[in-house]
Amino acid sequence: MLKIRDLSVAVEGKEIIHDINLTIKNGETHVLFGPNGAGKSTLLMAIMGFPKYEVTKGSISFKGRDITGLTVDERARLGIGMSFQRPPVVRGVRTRDMVAACLKGGGDDNAIAGLAKRADLGDFLERDINYGFSGGEIKRSELMQLLAQKPELTLMDEPESGVDLVNIVLIGELMNELLEKDCPIKDRKCMGLIITHTGHILDYVNARTGYVMCNGTIGCVGDPHEMLATIREKGYDECIKCYLGRFADR
Amino acid sequence: MSKKKASTDYKEKAKAAVNKAAALGEDIDLGKFINTDDSHPYSDDLSRLPKKAKKQMLEAGVMLDDTSQRSGTYIQMDNTPVHSSVSQDGVEVMPVSQAMEKYDWLTDYWWNAVTVDQDKYTANIELNQYNGYFIRSLPGQKTLFPVQACLYLAKDKLVQNVHNVIIAEEGSELHIITGCAVASEEETGLHLGVSEFYIKKGAKVTFTMIHSWNPETDVRPRSGVIVEEDGLFLSNYILMKPVHSLQMNPLVKCVGANATARFNSVLVTGKGSSLDVGSRVILDGKGSRTEIISRAITTGGNIIARGYIEGNAPDVKGHLECRGLILGETGLIHAIPELKGTLAGIDLSHEAAVGKIAEEEVEYLMARGLTRDEATATIVRGFLNVDVEGLPPLLAEELKRAVEASEKEVM
Repeated sequence: MLKIRDLSVAVEGKEIIHDINLTIKNGETHVLFGPNGAGKSTLLMAIMGFPKYEVTKGSISFKGRDITGLTVDERARLGIGMSFQRPPVVRGVRTRDMVAACLKGGGDDNAIAGLAKRADLGDFLERDINYGFSGGEIKRSELMQLLAQKPELTLMDEPESGVDLVNIVLIGELMNELLEKDCPIKDRKCMGLIITHTGHILDYVNARTGYVMCNGTIGCVGDPHEMLATIREKGYDECIKCYLGRFADR
Repeated sequence: MSKKKASTDYKEKAKAAVNKAAALGEDIDLGKFINTDDSHPYSDDLSRLPKKAKKQMLEAGVMLDDTSQRSGTYIQMDNTPVHSSVSQDGVEVMPVSQAMEKYDWLTDYWWNAVTVDQDKYTANIELNQYNGYFIRSLPGQKTLFPVQACLYLAKDKLVQNVHNVIIAEEGSELHIITGCAVASEEETGLHLGVSEFYIKKGAKVTFTMIHSWNPETDVRPRSGVIVEEDGLFLSNYILMKPVHSLQMNPLVKCVGANATARFNSVLVTGKGSSLDVGSRVILDGKGSRTEIISRAITTGGNIIARGYIEGNAPDVKGHLECRGLILGETGLIHAIPELKGTLAGIDLSHEAAVGKIAEEEVEYLMARGLTRDEATATIVRGFLNVDVEGLPPLLAEELKRAVEASEKEVM
């Protein structure tokens, strides 16, 4: 289980998210909606533990352990993984090396080739990671690495951005595999927290709970499909108005 | 020109240049070193060389206990050749002094790719020249395994004067792995080395040089290469260990049509070392090509990484890539890529980057579960990973081993 309590996060001294509460139980996938600049990515980066994202208040606990003070790699080894929206190019480090690093103990060539085949990246293993990759290739490569890493909590930052219709089907399949969607609900352990700007990914990956983030806080919690319908119809402006209205009532 | 007349002319030119400072690099007072030809015993059986020397030579890529994967071997200690042998037909390996006696025509190659009065170091070699290697592949002959050569500095305060000549006759293929090493970890020494390469029509030479000096050694190699039509010169250079100062700027002239020259250099240095290493390629042949790639890492020392490409013929193509990584709190990397074109229709380009490891890259790898140290090591390994096109698998494997050893020096 992931439990976030009263979490505030600052970047370079400026508080970006304020007093967030969020709980994801084992086997659940939640979705974060919100306009640009709402603080969605900041929340994900803070959960992953990147030093630039400073927790100024509150706590993050994972599998019953307070991880607020843990480093990125400690969190990764504890079972948190992240699909980056714009991962860096690391020259000289091959895609194969990254997959091997994710398969603790290196993995054998067959395991790596199998993963690459599933992500349709067989020709990419000898290429420098992310170097000259298209949008869809980046997403598939991120998911391939996560499939090797097998995290219990997967954080995904806009898995559908820059991806064409053919790719999105495959990306949906890989995400479902990662989130154990083929497993009976009661046996599922893996959790997901997905940022989606457009909501397209919901056509491929089922999620239980949705949040709308505005101005660094969670304005709304509910059924993600219902939320998406409202957002599509009325836009985020309506969400913000609604949120501000409720805020004023308090 | 007669051999005697040529020799007198070179001596005269050298004498006129004994005080001529080099264009680049810290000036070295030659008076602080000894020019001597004190000899070391010749040995047919390489395995009988001192254990310590063998280990140091092995670190520089020279294998003496098992030479089954070498087509020839040349070992020089200080200024004395202590061994030379060949194990494949079509290849000649011998001390250059012996080759001079054997072949009158060798004068045509002597001080031809490098000039004798380039600076006081080339002059010192001519005036105090004791030996060097002569390696030649005969026309159409292809070596299966590399020829190995080691220049080993054993005595304190000594100048090692070396003059090498490498000739790849038409259509031949020659692979050379040369290691330079030093006996002591603290004694001073000066290595001066002239290497003249002649790559004839359609010939191919790969030259892999591994330097393993000590923090008190000064090193001034002077290399010149002439590549004829359809010839290929491929140089790999690795500096793994500390050195006091090292300056070299080999010059390749691609004189024939479609001649190709490639340089890959991996420079890894720490505090107290000062390197000024470049590669220069002049593209004079129509359609000739070059690629110069250098990777420099400092953990405290100073590195000047130069590259120069000049295009003087139609359809030439050259690319220069110079990347530097500063891993310590101190240290300097100065990348100086230069391009010169003298006519339209040529294609020369360069890219240079100097910096520290990007934190974003480290964190990306850490998010996959690698510790900060593991992530840094992976990035450094990737940085040093220079894929060398055209290198035989055996040499590629040895190059990989040498790069891995230099990684350890860094980490």
